[in-house]
Amino acid sequence: MPSKEIAGTTIDVNEEGFLTDRSQWNKDVAAALASEEGIELTDEHWKVIDFIEADYAEKQAIPGMRRMNKVGGIPTKDLYRLFPNGPIKKAARISGYPKPASCV
Amino acid sequence: MKKVLILGAGTAGTIMANTLSRKAGKEWKVTIIDQSEEHYYQPGFLFMPFGVYTEKDVVKPRRKYLPGRAEYRQAKIDRILPDENKVLLEGGREEPYDILIISTGCDIAPEEVEGLTGADWRARSHDFYTFEGARRLAAAMKDWKGGRLVINIAEMPIKCPVAPLEFAFLADWYLNKTGMRDKTEIVYTTPLSGAFTKPIASAILSHLLDEKQIKVVQDFSIGEVDNENHKILSWDQREVEYDLLVSVPPNMGSSVIERSDMGDELNYVPTNRDTLQAKAADNIFVIGDATDLPTSKAGSVAHFEAEVLTENILSYMKGEEMEERFDGHANCFIESGNGKGFLLDFNYEQEPVPGHFPFPHVGPFKLLGESRINHLGKLAFKYVYWHMLLKGYPIPLVDHKMSYMGKKVPQKAS
Repeated sequence: MPSKEIAGTTIDVNEEGFLTDRSQWNKDVAAALASEEGIELTDEHWKVIDFIEADYAEKQAIPGMRRMNKVGGIPTKDLYRLFPNGPIKKAARISGYPKPASCV
Repeated sequence: MKKVLILGAGTAGTIMANTLSRKAGKEWKVTIIDQSEEHYYQPGFLFMPFGVYTEKDVVKPRRKYLPGRAEYRQAKIDRILPDENKVLLEGGREEPYDILIISTGCDIAPEEVEGLTGADWRARSHDFYTFEGARRLAAAMKDWKGGRLVINIAEMPIKCPVAPLEFAFLADWYLNKTGMRDKTEIVYTTPLSGAFTKPIASAILSHLLDEKQIKVVQDFSIGEVDNENHKILSWDQREVEYDLLVSVPPNMGSSVIERSDMGDELNYVPTNRDTLQAKAADNIFVIGDATDLPTSKAGSVAHFEAEVLTENILSYMKGEEMEERFDGHANCFIESGNGKGFLLDFNYEQEPVPGHFPFPHVGPFKLLGESRINHLGKLAFKYVYWHMLLKGYPIPLVDHKMSYMGKKVPQKAS
């Protein structure tokens, strides 16, 4: 399991760069993970991250697109603008969660 | 007399009506409600566009498959009132219950994708998840003059997640037969990052798509259909033109669930994955496509769930602990064209892997491998469905608990 130095702390990540221990996550880590993706976090991004955090606490799963729209009130268009190319996967990684489990 | 009320007489509801009528005892009355007269053999829809099955293979009167002892009522359901232990029917009639079984299934929701129900719908774009869609696709395939045939999955989860792949394989086979394959480009567009949801099966099935020269466009999340220019557009600005669009629209649970305020964002009912009890109330149970469980929405799953749920409801009726546990078992034949097929067998924990089923080395079915007998198994399933499965009889050699026998599970280290 690779670990790396980021935002002044050591974090453990898997082969795909997802955090394996969310207790290592904080706002600075989020910002550093975002900049790896070429994203600078704004209030709009934080609204998405905050929703994922709250929803994960309730459901133990990353919300899907439709749940982001309906429950989180975040339109798909905005998600693609904020987190281009695979918004759910990217938002999950920046929020310190595992890669969203694929459906069956 | 106490009452079990079943909402929806599809695969799951019909099985439950049959098993409970046989086993619940005289003090229980079983009532089942559905809005329509016909029972559809849904796995058959896939075969209609290719002329393998005709309309009469896939539709029969519901009543014929329901037990004489159960009361069948044809009515539209307005909503469930879980706090009052009753169901409101359209027109104002009320149905009280002691135990409620929700088996209201799921359906396509094409209106959820912008433009999907536009001018091309039912003209140049069709689904094969409804009887009507499959009928029209049969005509479209018959009249096909070549061009680009695009299969699109709008979003997951969908009923029978392997069906779109099977459509692609069968289209390849059918067009080879009619001499139109050379004039046809088959494009498979999916929101997934591969052919299927589970990694080992995905790798094997991707290889087969390559072999058949079916082009895969992955991570394609559809945002809009441009009817005028016959294109599908993704949220990230990619576009694919079509001459014929075979659409798998978003699937959603019943609007009854939404009106009852009992569902998640897709109108699926939050369900205990082990006991199949609704999270909302002790005396409500959920089965089949209506649940929010992390397993396939498929007839085999409904059948396995029914074995567990029957035992659990019988325990609940006696005031005993519910001891049966559902493990997420699914058992799915995949048509791969040319008279061959695959078989997948998996559950919540174990993804589909290669091997033999049900007996190690012997089979006769091959897991995650192509064979003629798998195809015959799939065709035989129609007989099993109408004559055994709906009646709630156990299927020989296939238990509701998934077996690891014959499965080649890779070692973690390799």
